[in-house]
Amino acid sequence: MLVADHLIKDFGTHRAVDDVSFTLERGEVLGFLGPNGAGKTTTMRMLAGCLEPDMGVAKIAGHDCVEDRLQAQSRLGYLPEGAPAYPAMTPRSFVEFGLRARGFSGAALKRARELALERARLGDMANQPIGTLSKGYKRRAALAAAIAHDPAVLVLDEPTDGLDPNQKDGVRQLIRDMAPEKAIIISTHILDEVPAVCSRAIVIDEGRIRFDGTPREMIIKGPDGTIESAFRTLTRTAHNSGMAA
Amino acid sequence: MTGLYAVYRRELTAYFQTPLAYVFLAVFAFAAPAFAFHIGRFFDTNRADLAPLFDYLPWLLVILMPALAMRSWAEERDRGTLEFLMALPIPLWASTGGKFLASWTIAALALALTFPMWIAVNYLGSPDNTAIATGYFGALLLAGGYLALGQTLSATTANQVVAFVLGVAACFVLTMAGLPFVLAAIGNGAPAQISEFVADLSALERYNAFRHGVIGLRDIIYFLGLIVASLASAAVLIAERRGGGR
Repeated sequence: MLVADHLIKDFGTHRAVDDVSFTLERGEVLGFLGPNGAGKTTTMRMLAGCLEPDMGVAKIAGHDCVEDRLQAQSRLGYLPEGAPAYPAMTPRSFVEFGLRARGFSGAALKRARELALERARLGDMANQPIGTLSKGYKRRAALAAAIAHDPAVLVLDEPTDGLDPNQKDGVRQLIRDMAPEKAIIISTHILDEVPAVCSRAIVIDEGRIRFDGTPREMIIKGPDGTIESAFRTLTRTAHNSGMAA
Repeated sequence: MTGLYAVYRRELTAYFQTPLAYVFLAVFAFAAPAFAFHIGRFFDTNRADLAPLFDYLPWLLVILMPALAMRSWAEERDRGTLEFLMALPIPLWASTGGKFLASWTIAALALALTFPMWIAVNYLGSPDNTAIATGYFGALLLAGGYLALGQTLSATTANQVVAFVLGVAACFVLTMAGLPFVLAAIGNGAPAQISEFVADLSALERYNAFRHGVIGLRDIIYFLGLIVASLASAAVLIAERRGGGR
């Protein structure tokens, strides 16, 4: 469903993503973890067709994200970092714009729009200008736009950042509900989220994959059996080997 | 076409969701007649035509069209919504075309706000309505050229003020190119071909042909060429961002 095949991306002399490969199948929820600047967002932008890899191939549902971008993007729901949205639009009109751009119209558009707003739990805020909404509601508006067209693949960059505990729980539940029918990749700094919603975890640091396995396999990498210590161990090892080199 | 229509619809709505369209239309509706009455001495000419309006319209458009176009891409980059737009399955020509057509619609509305002057000259005398109609058509094409150029320059920066200043400068140069003193200055010491080339670039000369009731194919091609080339440049500049500075 989703393929990252030897992806490489350089910014000037800095290699942001260094030979990243993985595949994701329907029903999998992948937690994409790593410290700031590790290459998570760059990888996700390449998968979303917003950035072209210098080498390697990204595919969504069999379609190359560069050569066959429009087909790949029509099967993808993407929540960019920071959940950008047009402040003068309401969540309802924002979701509608995304659907209209994807060819939805009439009753199908209305049905998809209302379902997305309901699933993202926007409630009465769906008719308020996004610029007047709290950070949590803004993120939910962007999330609603990402899921509205019922894509086969979801790439969500920090979907729960800035949400209160109840909102986080709501988004996690939404991801769990959608999981059986989709391939989902989420990046997060909230490590508790990984065992709670993810069936698989990848740890990336300095552009390279340091771990790829289940959350349970990841936890046992930590000296005290917690996911936090496992994360520290996996990323610190990378830094130490980098310094030694 | 669904992508182009979706972007057009969003952009047009966006102009009216903020005070931008209202302020722009109000300023245009006030400034265009003000130029014609006070600088063009509309009543003192004792002629039933819209020459005083059409004389100053290009200079008004040099300022106001870049103001309309400056947000096209600079705002998307500044707010991060460019990434949302680039992740939609729509070709870049549809995004640039939709944005352009929305701003051109506002420009057409602004020009329509000067129609009371057209009605007034018909009340006061018997103007050449064909020449006035072709004059408006020329003004619409001129506005389109400036808007497309403004959109290209908006794609070069995330700062709307920078986009505006660059847009005004580019439109000013394109307009000035046809003025006699510019051509005379170039003519001194430069090969004749260069003077002719600069004169051919002039948007003002092309626009003046329409004012005199002449719809020339070359002039239409000039403006459509300017629009298409500018929008293609904007699309290339935005497409370059997918390369991430390669």
